Amino acid sequence: MAAKVDYKVIVGLEIHVHLAAKTKMFCGCELAYGGTPNSRTCPVCIGMPGSLPVMNKHAYECAVLTAMALNCSIARFTKWDRKSYYYPDLPKNYQISQYDLPLSENGFIEIPLEDGSIKRVGIIRAHLEEDAGKNNHELGSFSAIDLNRAGAPLLEIVTAPDMNHPAEVRQMAQELQRIVRYLGVSEGDMQKGHMRFEPNVNLHIYKDGQTYKTPICEIKNLNSFRAIERSVAYEIQRQLEEFLETGKTMQMGNKRTYGWDDVNQMTVLQREKEEAHDYRYFPEPDLVPVEMDDVWFEQIRSRLGELPLQKQKRFVTDYGLSDYDAAVVTGDKATADYFDAVVKAGAEPKRACNLITQIGQKLANQSNTSVDQLDISPQNLAKLAQMADKGLISATAAASIYAKMPGTDTNPEDIAKAENLIQTSDTGAIEALVNEVLAENAEAVQDIITNSKKAQKAQGFLTGQVIKKSKGKANPKVVTELLAKRLSELAPKE
Amino acid sequence: MTDHLTVFKLKQDIAAGRVKSRDITQAILDRISRYDSAIGAYLSVFADKALEQAKAVDDKIAAGQPVGPLAGVPIAIKDNLCYTEGLTTCGSKILGNFKPPYNAHVVEKLLAADAVILGKTNLDEFAMGSSTENSGLQKTVNPWDKTRVPGGSSGGSAAAVAAGLCCAALGSDTGGSIRQPASFCGIVGLKPTYGRVSRYGLVAYGSSLDQIGPMTTCVKDAAILLQVLAGHDERDSTSVNTETAAVPDYLNALEQAVTGLKIAYVPQFIEQAEAPVRDAVKAALELYKSLGASLVEVRMPHFDYSIAAYYVIATAEASSNLARFDGCHYGYRSPSARDYVEVYSKSRAEGFGAEVKRRIMLGTFALSSGYYDAYYLKALKVRNLIRKDFTEAFAKADCLMMPVAPSTAFKIGEKTSDPLQMYLADIYTIAVNLAGVPGISIPCGFDSNRLPVGLQIIGPTFSEDKLLRIAAMFESKTDYHLQKPAL
Amino acid sequence: MSNQINRQQVERVAHLSRLDLTDQELDLFSGQLSSIVEYIQKLNELDTKNVEPLAHSLPVHNVFRPDTPRASLPTEQALANAPDRVDDFYKVPQILDDNSGA
Repeated sequence: MAAKVDYKVIVGLEIHVHLAAKTKMFCGCELAYGGTPNSRTCPVCIGMPGSLPVMNKHAYECAVLTAMALNCSIARFTKWDRKSYYYPDLPKNYQISQYDLPLSENGFIEIPLEDGSIKRVGIIRAHLEEDAGKNNHELGSFSAIDLNRAGAPLLEIVTAPDMNHPAEVRQMAQELQRIVRYLGVSEGDMQKGHMRFEPNVNLHIYKDGQTYKTPICEIKNLNSFRAIERSVAYEIQRQLEEFLETGKTMQMGNKRTYGWDDVNQMTVLQREKEEAHDYRYFPEPDLVPVEMDDVWFEQIRSRLGELPLQKQKRFVTDYGLSDYDAAVVTGDKATADYFDAVVKAGAEPKRACNLITQIGQKLANQSNTSVDQLDISPQNLAKLAQMADKGLISATAAASIYAKMPGTDTNPEDIAKAENLIQTSDTGAIEALVNEVLAENAEAVQDIITNSKKAQKAQGFLTGQVIKKSKGKANPKVVTELLAKRLSELAPKE
Repeated sequence: MTDHLTVFKLKQDIAAGRVKSRDITQAILDRISRYDSAIGAYLSVFADKALEQAKAVDDKIAAGQPVGPLAGVPIAIKDNLCYTEGLTTCGSKILGNFKPPYNAHVVEKLLAADAVILGKTNLDEFAMGSSTENSGLQKTVNPWDKTRVPGGSSGGSAAAVAAGLCCAALGSDTGGSIRQPASFCGIVGLKPTYGRVSRYGLVAYGSSLDQIGPMTTCVKDAAILLQVLAGHDERDSTSVNTETAAVPDYLNALEQAVTGLKIAYVPQFIEQAEAPVRDAVKAALELYKSLGASLVEVRMPHFDYSIAAYYVIATAEASSNLARFDGCHYGYRSPSARDYVEVYSKSRAEGFGAEVKRRIMLGTFALSSGYYDAYYLKALKVRNLIRKDFTEAFAKADCLMMPVAPSTAFKIGEKTSDPLQMYLADIYTIAVNLAGVPGISIPCGFDSNRLPVGLQIIGPTFSEDKLLRIAAMFESKTDYHLQKPAL
Repeated sequence: MSNQINRQQVERVAHLSRLDLTDQELDLFSGQLSSIVEYIQKLNELDTKNVEPLAHSLPVHNVFRPDTPRASLPTEQALANAPDRVDDFYKVPQILDDNSGA
C-alpha cells in the first residue's frame, strides 16, 4: 500500500424497522415470519384492481412512539404518497410511503460507547411505509415471489452522516434495537429481517492540503451486528485503496451499491451507477391525511416510559453500578425492570446485579425464558441477596439456592435451612477446624511461613480445606481472618 | 312484459307476487339474445346465475320471508366492478382472463338488496373515453342510431338501459362517464358526491375523481338505487361516514315539493353548445321558470380550465393505478417476454390499447422529475379554483344547470383520430368531478335525428336528495324519458 | 420550458411507463401528446401563486382500522390468477439485477 494518509470516516444509516403490529399496514392480513408462501395475502396486499388501503392505527402509533423516543419533532399533519418503481415484489408497482410531509423529523439518538462516553447521532427523518414482498432466486433459473411480507408496516429511519467508526455504526444499531424492544414496537430481530441497516459510507481524505471525498457506497444484505461493523471496516479499507489507486471522488450519480458477502467477509459490487431514479411521488389519493391533536399526542407520549439509556444512567448514578454492569442489566427491559424491583425490595444493587446477570440469566436460558419470568418475586430475590451480603450463606450456596427458587418462589431462608447451607461464623468451631487443617498440612504451612513462591497458593489451599471440612458452611471471611491470625502466630519472630 | 320497465314498478309487482322475478329475468335474457348482438352492450351475461338469483327471490316471497329493496330486479353492472361471477375485464385485453376473488362493495350491496345481476357491460378500456370505442374487446352502438356511439365510458350500461336489456345499471364516472352516455342514450344518470358511494372493488382510473352511480330510465329509479349504494364502507378510506354526511331517505325526498327553487346558469355555456342541445336546455330552463323557479346568472371563470386540469390529474393518477397491470401476479403476460423487464414492457404494450397508453404516458410525464410542479401541482391548484367557482355559484342558487355534452351522439369513428378533440367534448362534465360535487343527467329533448339530449343538474356536495327532487320536477312535466328507441 | 414534448421525451416516458412501443407508436404518440401538452399550457394563464393545491376534495382525515386480523385469501385463490407459478410462488423470469427502490 502507498503512503499513509489522513482520512475521516463518514457513515450515515438508512434503517428499516418492522413494526410489531398484528396485521399489515393497510389490510387485515396477519404478520408472521415464515409459513407457506402467499398464505397471508388478500386483494389489498396483492394489489388486485379495485382494492383499497386503510391505515392500521396501532402501527401508526408505534411509528409515532418510536419517533418520540428518537427525540424527533412529530408532525401534526401528515399525508401519504405513492413512490413508483417497477419490481416483481412490489405488486402495485408503487409503494405507499411518505415523501414531503413525513410523520417525524429532526431527532437524535444517544449511543453509549464502550469507553463510557455518549455519542449523539442525528436523525434526519422517520416515516412510515409498506414493505415489499420477497423474491426468491434459489429455486431455479427463475424468480419466485412470495407476498406474505408485502404490506408489512415499516418505519424508515434516516440518520445524519454522524458516525465515524465501524464500532459506532454497530453500537448505533444495537442501541436502536434496545430502544424498539423497550418500546415494544418491534421484535428487532435482524436475522428475521425485523431490522435492516444500510450504511452509506465514504471517506474524507486529506492529502496535499486538500480534502477529497470518495464516492458514497451503500451496503446491503447485513443480517447481524457483527456484519454491520465488519462491512463498514472492509468498505473503509476498500475505498481508501481505490482512492489511492484511481483518485476517484464523489460526483453526482456515482453512488454505488455493495452487498455484504458474509461467507467471504467482503463487500461485493451490486449496482455500478445509481439508475436515474424517477419515483414520481404524488399524494396517495386512496388515503386521507392524518392530523394529530394534543390529546392523542399526549396519549402516545405517555407510553414512552424510561428509555434504556436513561435507565442505564440512573443505575450508575443512583445505584452505583459500573457502566459495564449497568449496560448488561439494561440489555432488555424485563431484566432491567426486574433488577430495579429487586433493588427497591432492599437488595444491594451490585449484589442483585451479579445474582441476576450471572445466575438468573443462566437459569432463565436453561428453561428458555427470561429472568423476570422465573416466578421469583423481587422480595424473595432481595432476601437472597441480603443473606449473601450478611455472610449467612456463601456465594456458592446463593447460587444453589437461587436454582431452587424458580416456579415455587420459596423463601430463600427456608431453602438454606432445609439444605443446611447456613454459614457458620462461630469462631470457636472454625478455629478448631483451622487448627486441624494446619496440623494436617505442614508443608503448606512451611511455604507460608518461609514466604516462598508458593505462599499465596498455599494460603488459598488452606482456606479451601477449612471450608471443605465445614461442608461449605464456614463463612470464608471468618476463615481467612482466623487462618491469617494463626499463621502469623506460627511465623518466626524477627 | 318488458315495456317501460322501471325498478319502482317492478319491485312492487314482484314483492306483491304479481310478477315472478324468474319470468321477468328470463324475458330480459331473451331480449338480450335477440338484440344485443347488434348493440353490443354486454361483455358477459350470467344467465344461469341470474335465473338462480331470481328464483331465490321468488322462493323467499312465496315463503313470506322479507326481501331487500331491489328484490328480483334485473340489473347490469359495468365491467370495471369486481364480481366473483365470470370475469372482470375493464374492457381490456390485459385483464381478459381476470377472475376477482372478491365482490365490489356496490355488488355486495346489490346482492344484499336481493337484486338479480344479469351481466357485465362494455366500457372504454379502463373507463378512459367518451364513446366506448376504446373498448379493447367489443363495439357498442347507440340504440337510437346504430351508426352512432352510445357515449362513454359507461356506454354499455347506458345502451343496455335504453334498449331495455336490463331494468337499471351501474356505471362509474370519472369525468362524465355516467352522465354523458346517459345523455346520448336518453336515460337518467347520476354521479354522486365523491365519497358518497364506496369505491372498493371499482377498478380505479382516477382515484380522486371516480364515483359509482345509477343509470336508470327514470329519476325515481335513480333514487332507489342510490339508496342501496350510498353509505360508509370501512374498506374505502374516502367513503364518508354518517357523521360527515348521513344518508337521507332519497325516495321520501322525492315526495317533498320544491319551493322557491333558484337555478344558476352560465349563459355562454348554453350558447356554446350545438343548436339542438342549446335549444333543448334553454327550453328546459324555461319550463322550470314556468314552474316557479327563478334563474340566476352566474360566472364560473375557471370552468374553462377544467379539461386541462383534468387531463393532468386523472392521467397522473391513472399512470400509477395502472402500473399494477404488469403480467406478474394476474392478468395478461406476453408470451414473447424473455426476461422480467420484458414481462412488464411487452405485456403492457400488447395488453393496453392506444388511448390507455396515451393517458399512462401523459400522466407519467406530468409526474416525472422536472415537470411535476409545472403540470401536476399546477393542475391541483387550478382544481381548487374550479371548486371555488362551484362554491360561489351555490351560494347564490340551489343548483346549476347546463348541457351534459356539446352535441348529441356522434358518429362511430368521427373523433377517434384526434384524441384532443375527443377530450374537449368533456367540457361540461369534468369540472363536476374535479370539485367532487354531484351531478345528474336527465332526458330533456331530441334533435332532428331523434337523438336524445340531456340536461345536467349539478348541486353542492351531498345534495343528491335535492338534485333528485329538482330532476323529478322536470320529469313529471315531460315525457322524454318515456320514449324508447326502435330496435 | 418548451410547449412541446419531443420524441426523446416520449421515449423516456414510455420507458418509465414500461411500455415497449413500436417506432410507429412513438411517432404517433409524439404528435398527439405534443398537441395535448400544448393545450394543457392553458393552465399557465391562471395566477395560482396564493392557491393551495387540492389533492382531496373531501374534508376527511384520520381514517383508521383497528389492528385486528382478518382472514387472508387461501393460497390457491391468491394464486388463481397468476400467469405462471411454481409451488406456492408467483413465477417470473429470473431477476438478475437488484433494482428495487426500497
